[in-house]
Amino acid sequence: MNVLEIRGLGVDYLSGSGAVHAVSGVSLDLRRGEILGLAGESGSGKSTLANAVARLLRPPASITSGSVVYRRQDGSAVDVLALGGNELRAFRWKELAVVFQSAMNSLNPVITVGAQIDDVLRVHAPRMSRNERTERSVELLQRVGISADRRRSYPHELSGGMRQRAAIAIALALNPEIIIMDEPTTALDVVVQRDILAEIRALREEYGFAVVFITHDLSLLMEISDRIAIMYAGRVVETGTAEALHRAPRHPYTLGLLRSFPRLRGPREELLGIPGVPPDLRSPPPGCAFHPRCAMAVAECSESLPVLRAEADGEVACLLDDGRGVS
Amino acid sequence: MSILEGRNLTKHFTAARGPRGRFGKRPPVRAVEDVSIALRAGSVTALVGESGCGKSTVARLLAQVYPVTSGEVLLRGEPVRAHRGAAFKEYRRQVQLIFQDPFASLNPFHRVRYHLARPLRLHGHARSDAEEREQVAELLERVSLTPVEQFMDKMPHELSGGQRQRVAIARALAVRPIALIADEPVSMLDVSIRLGVLRLLEGLARENGLALLYITHDIASARYFAEDITVMYAGRLIESGPSEELTQSPRHPYTRLLLESAPDPDRVAPPAGERHGEPPSLIDPPGGCRFHPRCPVALPVCSTEVPGRTELGEGRWTHCWQAGAALSR
Repeated sequence: MNVLEIRGLGVDYLSGSGAVHAVSGVSLDLRRGEILGLAGESGSGKSTLANAVARLLRPPASITSGSVVYRRQDGSAVDVLALGGNELRAFRWKELAVVFQSAMNSLNPVITVGAQIDDVLRVHAPRMSRNERTERSVELLQRVGISADRRRSYPHELSGGMRQRAAIAIALALNPEIIIMDEPTTALDVVVQRDILAEIRALREEYGFAVVFITHDLSLLMEISDRIAIMYAGRVVETGTAEALHRAPRHPYTLGLLRSFPRLRGPREELLGIPGVPPDLRSPPPGCAFHPRCAMAVAECSESLPVLRAEADGEVACLLDDGRGVS
Repeated sequence: MSILEGRNLTKHFTAARGPRGRFGKRPPVRAVEDVSIALRAGSVTALVGESGCGKSTVARLLAQVYPVTSGEVLLRGEPVRAHRGAAFKEYRRQVQLIFQDPFASLNPFHRVRYHLARPLRLHGHARSDAEEREQVAELLERVSLTPVEQFMDKMPHELSGGQRQRVAIARALAVRPIALIADEPVSMLDVSIRLGVLRLLEGLARENGLALLYITHDIASARYFAEDITVMYAGRLIESGPSEELTQSPRHPYTRLLLESAPDPDRVAPPAGERHGEPPSLIDPPGGCRFHPRCPVALPVCSTEVPGRTELGEGRWTHCWQAGAALSR
């Protein structure tokens, strides 16, 4: 059962020297209550995709093609890209919430944390009384592990981890169906990061929302996600369960990413990394955008664009794919 | 013999603002307390810790950017204090720094050639235009920015993050240093680019006999690229040893927590979802071992007395009362 269906989505950034195709032809499903990991390097289009879904794009970005459909629990469908004004305001927070990378920048520095939760509730749930709102704020903060007396704290009085928890509390305020988390733990330390990830999983169990978790750290995604989508140069190149991707990656890029991470345990495997640099999206290479960096590329790779093909437990866009994975 | 060494380094910063304590004085931030670390020629030493643990302050103390509150810095066994003037320039000729953000460390108005030529001229390695050109080309070659003619005249904004970091490394090499301090050199770069830059640094250390200090929060990369790892927490030393032994059998509870928290897709069972708290404030750090409020195996003595160094053999040591108790048993 899908809660979000993205079909053929394309986003361009218009610039003086030609359009940058940040996202092209992306089709992706988000199932109800799952954690979908979205991985890729900087410039791969993962944040642009998320912002397009949340309708946060501003010029010079423009959506050039495709559709985004949100399915409510009762089965009715909402065309997200056609929402306007009040409908869009109601859709955000209530149906879909976003947690950004830097909680210092997404929280208002001159308002207390409690007041910021109150703000969301006052606007989106006008029927709640002042006492109900206060009660709810306290409950939310406690739920993410912040003691109730911190409600009166300003963002600068909280540590980085607490600020990120507060941002998550605000996202949870109206029980959304979807939470988009754009690098929510990148600025945090590993120990704090671990605690926040555990928190996100626990909250997901409790409230049943679906998460789109964006990060460049594939090893992190493998631990938290149910399914993972790998993006390269604006396209989805592989999707699959975290387990399948770890066991048998099918796209050479996924394999390259996996072999770029030093492992903490086991024998010291040789790290291969990926040679070269990501492509310029103003003039992406013809055919498969990864072929100039791919060790397995054949002549055909520079000519025809591979399409995302469904497999047993995922999809892959590679001409060389024979269903058995690469190694 | 160690090329660059810090002995019992301590650094307290005084806050410029904030509430005054007793006697009208502002309490100092105890950023680094009694830290000793030594770099050997041709070898990579890693300094690992969370943000705010003082690892960058140690780097700056070693590089003579800050004066020490107490302790001393030794270059080739000789104590140095060189914070300004000719002494500082002479020191900078031997010890160079590489920073985290290659977007901020290069001047956006100057070409690559200028960035590399300036240290060559200032330190008298290049006396004519022809010499300068030759040496700039050689530097670019060493950091694998080829074809060199093409890169020489590029502006920083025309380069990717990894290429900029290579320019920063070439600039550090221009003065022909004997020690290099790299402060989180790859944490701003993309995953697929990191390996190449780390390999480059490793190769430079090995082939040219540079002593390299690799400062990072990523203990897994330290395992692969450093011979020795030293772990810091809240301004104090925690544990040190050869990287393979330290990461495979950590002896300090903090090192264990750090290793358990690092993302690891190979992990069989997900770690327990307990809260571990956060590092303490360094204005009023906990007494005794600074890790004791978060430590799962803390003893009563941990909150009252600072643990001394317990030698574990084979170049390993730790600051932990538990390790001391286990040895004397």
